[in-house]
Amino acid sequence: MSTKVVDRSPLTFYESTYLPALLGGLKVTTRHAWNTLVKGKTVTMEYPEQKWVVPEGYRGAPYLVKDQEGATKCVSCQLCEFVCPPKAIRITPPGPNGQKADRTNAEKMPQEFEINMLRCIFCGLCQEVCPEEAIFLQKDYSLTGESRAEMIFNKEKLLKLGGTHAGIQKWKHKLDEAKEQEVFPVATE
Amino acid sequence: MDAIKYLDPSVQFILFSVLKIVFVFGVTMTAVAYAVLVERKISAWIQDRPGPNRTAPFFVQFIPVLGPWLTRLGIFQPMADGLKFILKEDFTPSYVRTIYFWVAPAIACVPALLTMAVIPFGSQIGGEKMVIADLNVGILYTFGIVSLGVYGIVLAGYASNSKYPFLGSIRSSAQMISYELAMGLSVVPIFMLVGDLNLSSVITYQADHGWNILKQPVSFIIFLIAAFAETNRLPFDLPESETELVGGYHTEYSSMKFALFFLGEYAAMIAASAMMVTLFLGGWTLPGLSDPASSLLGGLLHIVIFGAKMGVFMVIFIWVRWMLPRFRYDQLMDLGWRRFIPLALANILVTALVVAFTNK
Repeated sequence: MSTKVVDRSPLTFYESTYLPALLGGLKVTTRHAWNTLVKGKTVTMEYPEQKWVVPEGYRGAPYLVKDQEGATKCVSCQLCEFVCPPKAIRITPPGPNGQKADRTNAEKMPQEFEINMLRCIFCGLCQEVCPEEAIFLQKDYSLTGESRAEMIFNKEKLLKLGGTHAGIQKWKHKLDEAKEQEVFPVATE
Repeated sequence: MDAIKYLDPSVQFILFSVLKIVFVFGVTMTAVAYAVLVERKISAWIQDRPGPNRTAPFFVQFIPVLGPWLTRLGIFQPMADGLKFILKEDFTPSYVRTIYFWVAPAIACVPALLTMAVIPFGSQIGGEKMVIADLNVGILYTFGIVSLGVYGIVLAGYASNSKYPFLGSIRSSAQMISYELAMGLSVVPIFMLVGDLNLSSVITYQADHGWNILKQPVSFIIFLIAAFAETNRLPFDLPESETELVGGYHTEYSSMKFALFFLGEYAAMIAASAMMVTLFLGGWTLPGLSDPASSLLGGLLHIVIFGAKMGVFMVIFIWVRWMLPRFRYDQLMDLGWRRFIPLALANILVTALVVAFTNK
């Protein structure tokens, strides 16, 4: 550790009149006031009008997504319901004679899928555990409502908010893989 | 309007005095409210922020262009601030000395308003001089009243029965007494030149001989800095100093009682600005506009000139707050006793010699 000796020599006459301090303060305050008033540079972000650019990988509210054909991806396996630490997710399965899934490669889809956004902690375990890649933490961070009931998002609302997740096409890749295996010899890289 | 002329002179006097009091009080209160806004805005600009820019009554949004612009300037903020102070819980801690606790805010607030009585804020309107009380000992009255201001603060500190307010009030009493001395001595040369204690004649003198700031710059600087100390403004805000004493003398106060201290502080700033304008910057005169007005418009113009000069001082008061860090207690006392008082005395001596040798 090197030591630095701070210069504490007594003030000169000019310094002891407080004038340098005054002029320094004047300069700094004028510069800042000028930058704010004339150049319009403020550090404040005026929130409701201006918003952050939400970074990639941000963990916002979890929503259900649809596949490219607009069909529900969720197969009502209830893994997310079991894994959810604050127990925010509640799934009502369709039952034996219930509704069939609206896509191929799936037996069923949930009759009702509710996420209580007041309970949700945005941890992302549901996204991690989902075998169908049907639920994703998206970029919404500011959820508001006028009642508790309003903050429980149902299946319809979650699917609408989630939209289509274009990047993930699990079953298409599976199909491609299966087709590749029909060819012999298997193409190796 | 002719009916007024036929009234008894004493009735006329009472009528005009009441009108002037209402005018000055109203303008001062409004100025206090908007001084707070200006302070918040200037502080914000210096700190790279936009400042209060949201508050507005609901109907303002329907005014095109002007409405959003005024909202952005924060024009409606003082109303919200005032409303907040009125609606807040007025909490009196159990351990305070209740009567003094209640009296202190009033005592802190009243002297600042009383000083406004002797200040000539305009020339004349319709033959009526624009000063509430044209005392022939104006400046003595001012110093007498200003020195009462310390009692409110001391009483607040004592009545709060709590250590931080107590420390704040002790500091305040020491500071205000020390700087009153320097302040009083700094204006003596002015009255040597003018030869009269009446503030109206100070203005007349300046209209004839040029502003006192040019003749007595040392007096002006001492008075300005002492005014900062007297009004407890940074860099001399030791009685409040949030970082050391929580809130200083008004720590235990809430709601309207706190608002009265606040009001007193800003009213004192306004009074000090008015005092400086009167003593050093020629009051309501401007070169070429120094004759007492004969028309209504001219009279109003003089009031506006006076207000504008005061506004400049208010901005200086606010600006300096962000320029300098707070003085240490011993530095403050050193500045007051060992620099300003000798300097003011020397200034008196030099002025006396000059006045004597130029055989005025």
